[in-house]
Amino acid sequence: MDAAQSSGAGMVMATAVLDLERARAVASRVVDPEIPVLTIADLGILRGVRIDGHRVVATITPTYSGCPAMLQIADDLRFALDGAGFDDVDVAIAHDPPWSSDWITQEGLEKLSGFGIAPPGGEIVCPQCRSGSARVVSRFGSTACKALMACTSCGEPFDHFKDF
Amino acid sequence: MSEPVISTAPQGAPASDSSDPVRALVAHADDNLVLAQRLGDWISRAPELEEDIALGNIALDHLGVARALYSHAGHLEGKGRTEDDFAMQRPEREFLNALLVEQPNGDFAHTMVRGLLFDAYQVELWTDLSGADDSTLAGIAGLALKEARYHLLHTSSWVIRLGDGTEESHRRAQAAVDALWRYTAELFEGAASEYHDIWRKVVGEVLDEARLQIPDDPYQRSGGRRGFHSEHLGPLLAEMQWMQRSHPGLEW
Ligand SMILES: [Zn+2]
Repeated sequence: MDAAQSSGAGMVMATAVLDLERARAVASRVVDPEIPVLTIADLGILRGVRIDGHRVVATITPTYSGCPAMLQIADDLRFALDGAGFDDVDVAIAHDPPWSSDWITQEGLEKLSGFGIAPPGGEIVCPQCRSGSARVVSRFGSTACKALMACTSCGEPFDHFKDF
Repeated sequence: MSEPVISTAPQGAPASDSSDPVRALVAHADDNLVLAQRLGDWISRAPELEEDIALGNIALDHLGVARALYSHAGHLEGKGRTEDDFAMQRPEREFLNALLVEQPNGDFAHTMVRGLLFDAYQVELWTDLSGADDSTLAGIAGLALKEARYHLLHTSSWVIRLGDGTEESHRRAQAAVDALWRYTAELFEGAASEYHDIWRKVVGEVLDEARLQIPDDPYQRSGGRRGFHSEHLGPLLAEMQWMQRSHPGLEW
């Protein structure tokens, strides 16, 4: 292999690495359609991004089996990656291992709290008055991942992202 | 009027028979699809708004499990069948769901008792399958297990409330147990027989707390896992499938 060829191969490699970094960044910024303050990376829904030849493969995982947002997330991923110049995109769904609310990042937990949703893991704190006393109004809330609570101190209802 | 005994139907492979993984996946998917369809009927008719949302959410969980299992079955089978083909293009005789899930909703107590009996079964089933060698199945089961536990929490607390409630709610809950108990043994045909005892213990404790009695009548019905259904599945499938049957491949 001569010098020119070797540096050409190096360029291709470097471009591939840059593309992968960029594809990951684009995919990570896609937001959850039901809780749009969180990205799919914050929620642990984005399992990985890889480049397979000319194709970008983004792998996602459902939070709940019947999560109706999965189709939307897949569409949003294709749209975002296409907009960033990746015209060959595949979105794969991985079931194993199953998603857990433990996969929500620290930043994701903080964003949930800021959005008025009590995050999973630990004590349930009222997002309005920070009181630790709340009762369950409904085990099933506006989406599968949330339960509806009411604060027994300030009386405000709020969503709790369930430990799952 | 006496009900026809259909347990004389020819024996096929039981659903949980590991020798036919596609058939087992389809049977479990059918359970979930049929129950999802039944529960969906409650939306806008439940006794309170929270219950409307709860039953809708539970239905959605079951639908999601059904879709994942059908897709996986289609993949393993390798004949190009999609989840929609399984759900919309098969006749009643090819559905392998247990008779319990196709039983009509009845009143709210009836739906909650059916839920208790089935959810307690699914908790054991998914616990078992979350350790399957097939990693996709194990993953689907692992997520479904967490959902089934939550469904069971919901249905068991309602059964306790109704059974240990007023005279009227107790009467209705007991009528539901009496009507549905005969569809429970079928759930434990094949490999699932291993957890029939633990299921009986879990369900028995809830019924005890609810002051409800397990009927003395040992009669049990069977046939769903071999495609022999009660008169209730046909109309459910007709309603669910008619659009795809009338306009094959139609999309929203
Ligand atoms: Zn408060």
